[in-house]
Amino acid sequence: MKKTPTVGEILQAKGVSRRGFLKYCATTASILALPPSMIPRIAKAIENARRPSVIWLSFQECTGCTESLTRSASPTVEGLIFDAISLDYHHTLQAAAGDQAEAARHAAMEENDGSYLVLVDGSIPLANPGYSTIAGISNVDMLKETVAGAAAVVSIGSCAAFGGIPGADPNPTGAVSVMDIVTDKPVINVPGCPPIPMVMTAVLTQFLTFGTLPDLDKHGRPMAFYGKTIHDRCYRRPFYEQGRFAETFDDEGAKAGWCLYKLGCKGPITYNACATTKWNSGTSFPIESGHPCLGCSEPNFWDKGGFYEPLSTGKFDSGTKLAGAAAAGVALGVVAAAAGRRKQSKFAREG
Amino acid sequence: MTTPEGIQDAAFPFHGNVRPILNEVIHAIDRLLDTGEATTIDLASLPFGPGELEHLEATLGTGELSAKLDALGISRIRETAYPGVWWLEHRNAHDEVVGRYLEITRTPEILKSQDADIAAGRARLEDQFE
Repeated sequence: MKKTPTVGEILQAKGVSRRGFLKYCATTASILALPPSMIPRIAKAIENARRPSVIWLSFQECTGCTESLTRSASPTVEGLIFDAISLDYHHTLQAAAGDQAEAARHAAMEENDGSYLVLVDGSIPLANPGYSTIAGISNVDMLKETVAGAAAVVSIGSCAAFGGIPGADPNPTGAVSVMDIVTDKPVINVPGCPPIPMVMTAVLTQFLTFGTLPDLDKHGRPMAFYGKTIHDRCYRRPFYEQGRFAETFDDEGAKAGWCLYKLGCKGPITYNACATTKWNSGTSFPIESGHPCLGCSEPNFWDKGGFYEPLSTGKFDSGTKLAGAAAAGVALGVVAAAAGRRKQSKFAREG
Repeated sequence: MTTPEGIQDAAFPFHGNVRPILNEVIHAIDRLLDTGEATTIDLASLPFGPGELEHLEATLGTGELSAKLDALGISRIRETAYPGVWWLEHRNAHDEVVGRYLEITRTPEILKSQDADIAAGRARLEDQFE
């Protein structure tokens, strides 16, 4: 393998001072959802980390995940991360095409055998391999060939993680997720439609910083970002507990910013970091903009009833049980809502 | 001095996310005075409704000392009206906020001259004589 510079050497070559480096480490700790007390350890690890090779494969997708990442709110941090990785193959971003692009992919695989990361966005059609090909290679063949020498695979977005929109009923292409195909390598799912850019970079940063992969939940999602529900961290949660709900999008409750549970919010059963990480330079997230959470980071969210149907319709997991908790919240106020919160936690644990 | 309770009452109809942070700051001040242990609160990890972050910043106010750091973008480090409670805001080269912290400490670490920078500076100074 060719000797690659450490991140410390890259930053030093860029004239970044130690203070600047500490600032970078503080931001990194925040990205990784680690406590600030970890900053010294992060600093030491980053200094000695070497650039990993990354191959990004795009299958049945809309390019929204790449758009999300490249239009991230903190380009300098992402820039540093991308300076610190070697992105050797990416259809949308690379200049090469056709045979040259495929040659770059094969070269990266050979030079970094056993240590490179494969990032995938989009689902894989199995009904007919011809539905989606790249350079005449079917998606499933390219995936199997590329992951053979990889250290790990990261599924970017709900399509790669769970099948997403292409896999929604009636699933005309027979779309499946990456983990349906790759069973002999670690697969980290970073779902969302699209995923939060910071979460995508966090997985890369952890691998870069510590050479490890994050702790995952039962759906293969990093616990640091998918360990709590949107509801757990929602700033409107006090209204849920007070039994104050918007009934329509233009009533007084909606104008006052009350809880959107009755308008179909899937926050209580959706595990993601939108409520704290937010979007668009930290401006807001869907609920802050007055729209219920769609549950886009949950498996098969497209096939679980209307976006504006409350959980009480029971089409989402635990919906019927949670509806009881919310109804109790309306009738009995804080005491009943607290009971609902306990129920919600219990059902979340039971999945 | 206005109490946290009073501050929160005045904040109505905010969503109740400022008061717990103010309580945490008070606990951190106690820890700093009792044991010397510093605390950092990463504000990006906490929920804020519209206007609440601005309300927190205004509540903590501005103290006697502020500094500007120019490294990978501008950072502003400001002691709040409550000594030992520092507001740090890191921005990138595009002037976008990439990190916001409250540090409860005597001097934020990032304000101190770092050994690596001191050594590099010494070498540059010595070069002046050559």
